[in-house]
Amino acid sequence: MRMLSRNATFNSHGQDSSYFLGWQEYEKNPYHEVHNTNGIIQMGLAENQLCFDLLESWLAKNPEAAAFKKNGESIFAELALFQDYHGLPAFKKAMVDFMAEIRGNKVTFDPNHLVLTAGATSANETFIFCLADPGEAFLIPTPYYPGFDRDLKWRTGVEIVPIHCTNSNGFQITETALEEAYQEAEKCNLRVKGVLVTNPSNPLGTTMTRNELYLLLSFVEDKGIHLISDEIYSGTAFSSPSFISVMEVLKDRNCDENFEVWQRVHVVYSLSKDLGLPGFRVGAIYSNDDMVVAAATKMSSFGLVSSQTQHLLSAMLSDKKLTKNYIAENHKRLKQRQKNLVSGLQKAGISCLNGNAGLFCWVDMRHLLRSNTFEAEMELWKKIVYEVHLNISPGSSCHCTEPGWFRVCFANLPERTLDLAMQRLKAFVGEYYNVPEVNGRSQSSHLSHSRGQSLTKWVSRLSFDDRCPIHGR
Amino acid sequence: MASSASENRLLLSKIATNEKHGENSPYFDGWNKYNQNPFHLTENPEGVIQMGLAENQLSFDLVEEWIRKNPKASICTAEGIEKFRNVANFQDYHGLPEFRQAIATFMSKARGGRVTFDPHRVVMSGGATGANELVMFCLADRGDAFLIPSPYYPAFYRDLGWRTGVQIVPVDCDSSNNFKITKEALEAAYEKAQNNNINVKGLIITNPSNPLGTTLDKDTLESLVTFINQKNIHLVCDEIYAATVFSSPKFTCITEVIQNMNCNPNLIHIVYSLSKDMGFPGLRVGIVYSYNDDVVNIGRKMSSFGLVSSQTQHMLASMLSDEDFVEKFLTTSAKRLAKRHGVFTDGLEEVGINCLKSNAGLFCWMDLRRLLKDQTFDGEMVLWRVIVNEVKLNVSPGSSFKCVEPGWFRVCFANMDDDTVEVALKRIRAFVGQGKKAQEQAQVKSPKKRWQSNLRLSFSSSSRRFEQEGVSVMSPRMMSPHSPMPHSPLLRATT
Repeated sequence: MRMLSRNATFNSHGQDSSYFLGWQEYEKNPYHEVHNTNGIIQMGLAENQLCFDLLESWLAKNPEAAAFKKNGESIFAELALFQDYHGLPAFKKAMVDFMAEIRGNKVTFDPNHLVLTAGATSANETFIFCLADPGEAFLIPTPYYPGFDRDLKWRTGVEIVPIHCTNSNGFQITETALEEAYQEAEKCNLRVKGVLVTNPSNPLGTTMTRNELYLLLSFVEDKGIHLISDEIYSGTAFSSPSFISVMEVLKDRNCDENFEVWQRVHVVYSLSKDLGLPGFRVGAIYSNDDMVVAAATKMSSFGLVSSQTQHLLSAMLSDKKLTKNYIAENHKRLKQRQKNLVSGLQKAGISCLNGNAGLFCWVDMRHLLRSNTFEAEMELWKKIVYEVHLNISPGSSCHCTEPGWFRVCFANLPERTLDLAMQRLKAFVGEYYNVPEVNGRSQSSHLSHSRGQSLTKWVSRLSFDDRCPIHGR
Repeated sequence: MASSASENRLLLSKIATNEKHGENSPYFDGWNKYNQNPFHLTENPEGVIQMGLAENQLSFDLVEEWIRKNPKASICTAEGIEKFRNVANFQDYHGLPEFRQAIATFMSKARGGRVTFDPHRVVMSGGATGANELVMFCLADRGDAFLIPSPYYPAFYRDLGWRTGVQIVPVDCDSSNNFKITKEALEAAYEKAQNNNINVKGLIITNPSNPLGTTLDKDTLESLVTFINQKNIHLVCDEIYAATVFSSPKFTCITEVIQNMNCNPNLIHIVYSLSKDMGFPGLRVGIVYSYNDDVVNIGRKMSSFGLVSSQTQHMLASMLSDEDFVEKFLTTSAKRLAKRHGVFTDGLEEVGINCLKSNAGLFCWMDLRRLLKDQTFDGEMVLWRVIVNEVKLNVSPGSSFKCVEPGWFRVCFANMDDDTVEVALKRIRAFVGQGKKAQEQAQVKSPKKRWQSNLRLSFSSSSRRFEQEGVSVMSPRMMSPHSPMPHSPLLRATT
């Protein structure tokens, strides 16, 4: 008899993928400004480290929130005992207000429809447990966050079927791609329960267009399925076009509780990216469907938010002066940082997808590939990790269907480290490829490299998700 | 077009729409009665006293004092703020090293220092709730089963089986031997499962026991270890009440036992938490400690779904590595629990109510069999409704713990102050006294009539109404420890 469960014995947690291997290499040899100047610079971590000072100065001015006090009285005992899965009402109110503020107050959220979870990781898994049975499927546009393979599939037994997006239109979702994915699922006898999108997108660093959102809504309406919009980067949309939430589009279309689709649109949120607080494990599920809210609330028992943290953040997010200032300053600093990365890449003859959000750029290194294959992508990635000593994330780990794209993060390191990283990259490219500086156009150009090799015939290397997924893996 | 509820149901998963979370029982009276009419010493002295909640509220003063003296433990105070960004950013599922170390040290101290724990085996989870589910996900597949000695914590039904699809096979224990787990009972349960083609993957025990309040003796533990090794199945030991042991015999943890036996360590796993020992259920600190390297490895990856807030890890790392504080806390907490237990059980004894002799936990296992009109679970429900509605105490009926004998009730004593305990005892005295009086009167009139039926007649007609309702054995207050506590001052939201 197998002693452990299938969950424990197969690698469906997805953590053997290159995305995580890069992290491991980093951990063996991490860059340090003083102690290890030749170490690997971590650019594979989508963290927001740019605005801690704003939170720290708020804390300095608001000692009560820190000291388990309310109106001068100690509330430690009450907090320590508070395990109500409905969450601290003051915190949920503050959360929904913050979410509305990020969306320019164009939409509002009802705190009674918000369920707190231990991070977006837990929120996403909980949604799948609520909406799909083992063996059913969710459609997800590629490229997507590699952690979804764990969060959505591992313990739930649900499959992911990719919606293929390509550079031909800036990786936007098309009607054709949606339909094709749906057919593919049907061919594999997988019942599709919904579509999950990340908006703003990880790894693309772009916000979805209104058209894409309309398209999605029509699609899920037509198929009678769910739409989960993971909006954990909503507060990082730092330049135009502005972020449009799926909730806003519902409102635009006058969809309310009288429309079926209204109940099938759900949002995931978190404070890990917008506020840079991944350690606090604050995630949230938002749904218009009472049954989903009820089921998710019960499930949240398996991963509630620490009451100590709820109390602190409730005070913080209720301070509208702080939130207003934070949102604006966060945008400003992210925008500047992204600009620095883009210009650094350009100096190395590398361009990226025109991004307006997120904590990373979607970088085009196709012209540096030996051949238009994922093998070549892996080869290039290994060089970048082991020789250039930069940890960046290869597109294949994000299930991108086109080789040569990489996600490079810019908000998790000091500016001088970012500059150093760009210098290293420039030196590498110069040495191996002799590629001239790009003149600032956002579209990538297919330059032949110094070895004079022409692109081989394009080989479609299917990621495992493109085949009919194997059940019970 | 508005969607129909049934159409919507089809679009949700089976898990979301089945009842296996266990929270929807037809019978809500105990919980609702408390919520509608909560006791308050001065503001509502006739309200329902909550005795169905296993919380440890006796030693917060010690913790509060520590917090006051240690502002550095908070990342938000002037003294501690330099750590803010690193801690807030820290989401490594290995946990803060100092936290893991502090937990390993604390676990050892809670076991009298008789054993030590390796911080590298400490895996975080979302409370013990998350820990128990995580262990199941690691050890069992959908449809597999775990043996559990009854009576057991009702929410195991949800924690072990709801999303995992794992089945529970009870191992029946009864009062004939003080609810000890026997080899015969284990074998019988195992065989029954085999005969029904149910694949048993392990045995899960709670030691100290909820609801019994007793610790397992060394012989029993050794026989359990022998059993699981023979069958090559896992042993999960939920030791979340380890530091609530307040009198002898001292706590024997599983680590102590396996050290001196021929046991495959890959089969041994411990679930721990700070919710009961420290009284911190709100902080969501659950721990999985396994002697199986694969389980540690995979469990750690799974812990992503329920990590402990780094803010909380940081504070507790500091608190639990303060040896003087821990020593003082463990000693004082045990003393206070012993005292409270003594006051309560003495008070019950005065009116002829016995409890199972216990040395741990936050509750007593009360024997009210002689108060049952019928020695059946229906009879138990009748008595329970009387206790909730007339005596105004929310206690937990044994049937909700899947006890095989009717008439046992779990009553919690550590979630209230001394004055409230007094009021509760007074009410119990009055209730039993009334029963005795009625009995005497009945004996004068008709000696053959059982006094219990007169006991029933002495109360209002509302209690008779409840007798006709269907039997449901779940006390929802117990089933859903994360249900609302409408009287927490934290719920008076300020905007």
